Amino acid sequence: MTFLSPDQIEQLLWGLRTTVFLFAASWVLSFTVALILVTVRAANIAPLRWAVDIFVAYHRNVPLLVHVLFWYFAVPEVLPEPIRFWLYDHGAEFSLAAIALGLGSSAYVSEDIRSGLRAIPHTQFEAATALGCGYIQSMRYIIVPQALRISLPPLIGRALLLFKNTSVAMAIGVAELTYQTREIENETFQTFTVFGIATVLYLMGTFLITAFGSWLNARVSVSNGRRA
Amino acid sequence: MIDLIREYWLTFLIGQYPNGPLGGLAMTIILAFCGLLASFPIAVLFALARVSPWKALRIVSGTVVNFVRGIPLLMLIFWCYFAIPLATGYAVSGFWTLVCALTIYEAAYLSEVVRSGIQAIPKGQLEASRSLGGSYALTMRSVVLPQALFNVLPGMASQFVSTIKETSLGYVISVNELTFAANQVNNLVLTQPLQVFTILACIYFVLCFSLTQVLGRIEAAIRRRRGLI
Amino acid sequence: MSDTVPGSTPMVRFDAVDKWYGDNHVLKNINFEVAKGEVVVVCGPSGSGKSTLIRTVNRLEPIQKGKIYLDGQDIYAPSLDVNAFRQRIGFVFQQFNLFPHMSVLDNVTFAPLKIQKRPRGEAEAFARELLERVGLAAKADAFPGFLSGGQQQRVAIARALALNPPVMLFDEPTSALDPEMVGEVLQVMRSLAREGITMICVTHEMGFARDVCDRVVFMDEGQIVVDAAPDAFFENPDHPRVRRFLADILPRH
Repeated sequence: MTFLSPDQIEQLLWGLRTTVFLFAASWVLSFTVALILVTVRAANIAPLRWAVDIFVAYHRNVPLLVHVLFWYFAVPEVLPEPIRFWLYDHGAEFSLAAIALGLGSSAYVSEDIRSGLRAIPHTQFEAATALGCGYIQSMRYIIVPQALRISLPPLIGRALLLFKNTSVAMAIGVAELTYQTREIENETFQTFTVFGIATVLYLMGTFLITAFGSWLNARVSVSNGRRA
Repeated sequence: MIDLIREYWLTFLIGQYPNGPLGGLAMTIILAFCGLLASFPIAVLFALARVSPWKALRIVSGTVVNFVRGIPLLMLIFWCYFAIPLATGYAVSGFWTLVCALTIYEAAYLSEVVRSGIQAIPKGQLEASRSLGGSYALTMRSVVLPQALFNVLPGMASQFVSTIKETSLGYVISVNELTFAANQVNNLVLTQPLQVFTILACIYFVLCFSLTQVLGRIEAAIRRRRGLI
Repeated sequence: MSDTVPGSTPMVRFDAVDKWYGDNHVLKNINFEVAKGEVVVVCGPSGSGKSTLIRTVNRLEPIQKGKIYLDGQDIYAPSLDVNAFRQRIGFVFQQFNLFPHMSVLDNVTFAPLKIQKRPRGEAEAFARELLERVGLAAKADAFPGFLSGGQQQRVAIARALALNPPVMLFDEPTSALDPEMVGEVLQVMRSLAREGITMICVTHEMGFARDVCDRVVFMDEGQIVVDAAPDAFFENPDHPRVRRFLADILPRH
């Protein structure tokens, strides 16, 4: 098994860098949108609730790849021309992939947060109100922190999935790790070396996320009063 | 968009057939079905291995499952794409590559679902069976697994729906499933990508959403019949 | 199947048995015997080790020291087939542990059919007989999820009897039941006791103990403190711990 040239290793690492950036961007978007969805839905106004439910149902029942293709091929068509051209000149693939991945994941994250909220007994809210907290304050200081603690394990799982799903962006030419792997494999035919290294890099990534998640979980459980 | 549907509905449904291989939505369903059928027994075996009394078996099966769950499905597809011809000596079609990759991927995830089901069965059930003189194998076969598999039906149903969505990755290795068919239509029409991809998204939505509803109803009915176990 | 001559091999014998859970010494130098046909009640405060004791008899819990004999046979002998051995002991759990995915009839025929491989006709006929005995013949096709606690426990007793075991063990059979259902289960246990089957019951039901059993064994902190006939135990308790226990438990009955 011969090894790769330094250039190619650098190429792979650039791919990894793109993967990490894509993951970070889509995760931030996903979490933010999820919080908005949860808040909107909690307001209990029927049309808003339906809107959120439809959004969530749509993004959960359509494959991630289709979201990515839709945002890349279909959405620019409806944008006014100047914006469309600006987008294409400034790394459309990355941004559109990040949006597609972020929104697709946000549907799941919002459901995870919601189930965390449902697990908090209503008596907590009553206790907060009895102490004089308004709705926003109760949510912010009492309810949401507890809900996030409960939702932490499924959220870590979602983050893991999102990290791996960044590979889907290669279909529209985002130069992330899987894309670079294919490129190098096409040039050198060192199939197993290249794929082996890429696999190890992905495994390291998932391992780091899982380890961080466990650490976070342990910290949060300790401060909750439960024995770690 | 209506014109598009009227003209190309067959391509979406069955691809180029009969002027080419079967494709489109039909291919998607066939792929998902094959993946599920093949992955289920493997998943149960791996779950049993992970809870077995033999430490070596637990470690080996655990490592394999965590490895597969740690890499993207797309990477697994590429691995199969290159490794299967080398292992078997035959050039393998995209269809079989995708089925293999899906089987391995789904088996790993499904085995975790089944394992959690097995571990959730109360110890008393095992003790009751063992107290009657049942062996470990009989206890697993007749008492634990039937209950565990039933309890994780919702998890398994959602895995099936996930498999349908994952078949879309066949697009990347030119397997003629639904997403690939939609792309072909887009390449023919060229001027209406919004409509084409909207139709594509809608087909997946209708398929997955209705499947989730139907499976949920079936499970609720069985649960009622058994007295809410 | 087994002889009923008094003075012959005891059905169950504990010989200097010790058990630890980690550092916790839960059974301390247990020596006791149960003759064939005897009904023995084991009682004591919670944490005394009485459930652990009964669970060691069919090897649900392992022991670290000493020996246990079933009808003269060392239950930890290497040549022993554990599964065949367990078929000779019927065990009734506090939590019933019926198989919820099988009907009542299937629960009772499970052991004869799947373990002893008897023909279906024979197994079902006997199962229906047993269900008749516990008063639940009409519920044969129902699922456990639809039965009350008392009904489930009676099915559990029928299930344990399905292999005709010479010994029946009861681990707090009525402790998980609502008070109004305790009576129906005790009635079944009383009729079993009168039939001459060897029984060891861990229970708080002192009325049952007084009426039916041949001996009362009192445990405290892992040791057998008193092993006496029921009259002696209830009328003249001379051990201070027994007196305290009876004072706590009897006013409730």
